[in-house]
Amino acid sequence: MELSTGVREKHLIQNRLMVAAIGGACLLILLVVRLIWLQLIETERFQTASEANRLQTLPVSPARGLIVDRNGLILAENRPNLQLLLVPEEVDDIDVMVSEVRSRIEFTDGDAERFAKNLKSRRRPRDPVVVKDDLSESEAALIAVDLFQFPGLQIEARPTRFYPYGGLTAHSLGYVGRLSLNELQAIEESRYAGTETIGKSGVEKAYEDALLGQVGVERVETSARGQIMRSVDRDDPVPGADIPLHLDIGLTAKLYEALGDRRGAIVAMDPQTGGILGLASAPTYDANAFIGGISQAEYAALQVNQDTPLFNRALRGQYPPGSTIKPMLGLVGLHYGAVTWEKEISDRGFFQLSGDDHKYRDWKKWGHGRVNIEKAVIESCDTYFYEMAVRLGVDQMSEGMRWFGFGRRQGRDIQGDLPGILPSREWKRQARNQSWYLGETVISGIGQGFWVTTPLQLAAATTAMARRGNFIEPHFSVLEDVDAGSPVPLGDSMDWERMIDAMEDVLHGERGTARGAARGLNYRIAGKTGTAQVFSIGQEEEYKEEEIEERLRDHALFVGFAPADSPSIVLALVIENGGSGGTTAAPVARQIFDYWMLERNEGERAPDETYVSAMNQQVLGYGNADSN
Amino acid sequence: MLTATDIGQIESFRPKRFAQRYGVDPLLTLFVLVTALYGLIILYSASGQSLSMVIRQGAHVVVGLGVMAILSQVRRDIIVHVTPFIFAFAILLLIAVLVIGVGAKGAQRWLDLPGLPRFQPSELMKLALPAMVTWWLTRRQLPPTISQLAIAALLIVIPVALIAKQPDLGTSIIIAGSGFFVIFLAGISWRLLAILGGLGVASLPVLWMVMRDYQRTRVLTLLDPQSDPLGAGWNTIQAMTALGSGGMFGKGYAAGTQAQLKFLPESHTDFIVAVIGEEMGFVGVSLLLILYALILGRCLVLTMRAQGHFGRLLSGSVTLTFFVYVFVNLGMVSGVLPVVGVPLPLISYGGTSIVSLLIGFGLIMAMQRTKRVLSGES
Repeated sequence: MELSTGVREKHLIQNRLMVAAIGGACLLILLVVRLIWLQLIETERFQTASEANRLQTLPVSPARGLIVDRNGLILAENRPNLQLLLVPEEVDDIDVMVSEVRSRIEFTDGDAERFAKNLKSRRRPRDPVVVKDDLSESEAALIAVDLFQFPGLQIEARPTRFYPYGGLTAHSLGYVGRLSLNELQAIEESRYAGTETIGKSGVEKAYEDALLGQVGVERVETSARGQIMRSVDRDDPVPGADIPLHLDIGLTAKLYEALGDRRGAIVAMDPQTGGILGLASAPTYDANAFIGGISQAEYAALQVNQDTPLFNRALRGQYPPGSTIKPMLGLVGLHYGAVTWEKEISDRGFFQLSGDDHKYRDWKKWGHGRVNIEKAVIESCDTYFYEMAVRLGVDQMSEGMRWFGFGRRQGRDIQGDLPGILPSREWKRQARNQSWYLGETVISGIGQGFWVTTPLQLAAATTAMARRGNFIEPHFSVLEDVDAGSPVPLGDSMDWERMIDAMEDVLHGERGTARGAARGLNYRIAGKTGTAQVFSIGQEEEYKEEEIEERLRDHALFVGFAPADSPSIVLALVIENGGSGGTTAAPVARQIFDYWMLERNEGERAPDETYVSAMNQQVLGYGNADSN
Repeated sequence: MLTATDIGQIESFRPKRFAQRYGVDPLLTLFVLVTALYGLIILYSASGQSLSMVIRQGAHVVVGLGVMAILSQVRRDIIVHVTPFIFAFAILLLIAVLVIGVGAKGAQRWLDLPGLPRFQPSELMKLALPAMVTWWLTRRQLPPTISQLAIAALLIVIPVALIAKQPDLGTSIIIAGSGFFVIFLAGISWRLLAILGGLGVASLPVLWMVMRDYQRTRVLTLLDPQSDPLGAGWNTIQAMTALGSGGMFGKGYAAGTQAQLKFLPESHTDFIVAVIGEEMGFVGVSLLLILYALILGRCLVLTMRAQGHFGRLLSGSVTLTFFVYVFVNLGMVSGVLPVVGVPLPLISYGGTSIVSLLIGFGLIMAMQRTKRVLSGES
């Protein structure tokens, strides 16, 4: 009985073991089936997933094209820049990270502020944010040692835009900056895959497409932590094209030197091609400050500066042209028969419309006496042009002046210029919903009233004079030297020569308004002075009295070209609140003409470096609010 | 120089006789050794070619084999007698873990006593519990009565609850399983089993309530790994990707991108089979499965031969527990079971696991030694 119980129990256990073994075998078969499904049937799917894990496609940013001046001097280049970057998505606590960085390298409040701003600005997911720009080698080394402790932090040598001439070129080249939200929506995203900056203004913006280049692609093997193990293959990027300009950096430096600490703008053009030889807007600013993101304090300083260094006076400053347009207006008057070369008037110092008591005064209180059109240009007689304007009428006046490019934006590769206003009945009705008054025609005759132009427009119009009746669109790059201009269908070549002779007498004649600036000239300049009234001060009432007076003073203008018979340079300049064009603007122009005609050494192309940097200092120093 | 007698002895070599005489079963030892060697080879790749890790693991294997050999010499009746004391001791240690234990990642599993290597008392319980249940049930006739079963259930629930509280869901499930296997093998009636099964299913919601959040996430993730591919689903997705991308023959030894580039988590411990699958393919995993089948088969044979009910029940329970290890680990890595943190037996890196497994095999071997041999008769 004992034994049989034992045997029975043994069998019981063995039976149960068999059941368990069979159950286990079934489960093992289940596993094998699962493995077959995973490894033999769905292989391809998992291999794809595994490759996707392993390989990452990284964009390789192309080098941005250079911008060079007419002599091949580099105006915009790419400088290697060691940057400390952070991918916010990979960092748990950014504040902790920043304090870790702070404990290793110098990290100023300005840096912190810039970083905070960069962090806030919109970017593509996983795009790194610059923590600190321009690390020194030793700073980079200090961080690099501990980099493994900080996932999400990286050091990269990324080429950064650099403008060697700083403030001298800021208003013509513009600058590149971080892609903004609006730009992100407008661009073709794949082209900017490796690029975080875009041309924001100036030549940088106009030639963005060419400067950008073609993005490259690198496939890399990465670890699960995103560490790059090795490069698998690579399509090299195509660097952006270099953009050659007409700009002459030596001349540009001279423009700023001539302006000195005055507010104003100068545009110098090559009458052969319409290329812009130099462009100055003073005060200016250092575009390099904008590259890595400018700090709030720096930006605020530039913005509140009463002299508005960020404002591009050459392209966006809209000034009454004053008397500078008299030679052109004279040609229009001759063309439409409002005057003849022979016609003379008797100027007693003012002009009156019939049936109106109002006296439109000449700048010369007692008048110029007997005046023909040539004398009217040379002495800048206002009365003559008041009368001519009335005969001509506003419609023909604006129709004729339109040939010189007034009242519209200049084309080609110029970014951000304003159209100014060339007044007409039509314009006044549309813009102001008012009808035209005859008195407005009168003052338009001396470039006042509604009429405003930019220095660029004045330069372009004067270039049409220099080309004896052929208008060519102003442009920065030699790439835009594409046509021979379009004729200005006013009068014949004799008319143009005669008017230019009168313009020469503005400097070289005994009674010319700019004769003071022409002393000792051994080449011929044709020019015209202008003095534009400032009539709107509005909100500036809170300024000091002497300040108001300064800001109420007339703008001094000058347009001209040299040598008069075969011009190689055209100048248009405005000196804000400079007073009279003849005494203030013309001498500034003379300095520049002298540089171009006499001092400039064609063989020695590069401007002296210390001279340029001194110019830069002076110009930027003026642009700084604190030094005022 | 072999003599005829030697040759005769070799020819007459019988594993059964050898095992019954000397305790150590040559076949099981061979299978375990081959599997462990396979594990060391894989470990070298899975650890990122860390020779020191392989050497340490090799040392674990050697120590484990030594302990196995020693244990196989111990007399069955001594084992029976010390079982209650070992069990009580293990319970004390588990309580100690909850009070003064150390741990990582929110779980408190280790005991760091001065003068001893750091260890997990739950490992001791893996053998102490089935032995205790066996001890209890074999005091009376089989099959057990309801009241016996109730006591047995209590013996299981107390340590399981202590371990689950650490928390260590994987181990507590396996230990509960090892206790249950004893009851199952002892002949619990099918009807009772069905009732218990029904109760078990009914208690699932309760289990869900007491689970920690991360444990729930693991279960949910199993149902849909893609629901959280970078979080809780990451392990499963990466392990399945590793296995699947290995294909038939694998990407080559130490050339698995999932493992080498660290996409695969815990590649040298719980998920090591994914490394085998990725680098050696279906062939490599099948080889492993064959080795496990051999071990399990041999354990079954030894269980059949085990002496006495205690021996049979304990051997059977240890064997089935070993199987559960294999199944749960492979099931978790291949995505059919939730991620519960069970190492792959004999392959995953870790000393405690290897040594406790080999102790189990030592017990199986001890259970099949005959009295005759014990008393020195030939």
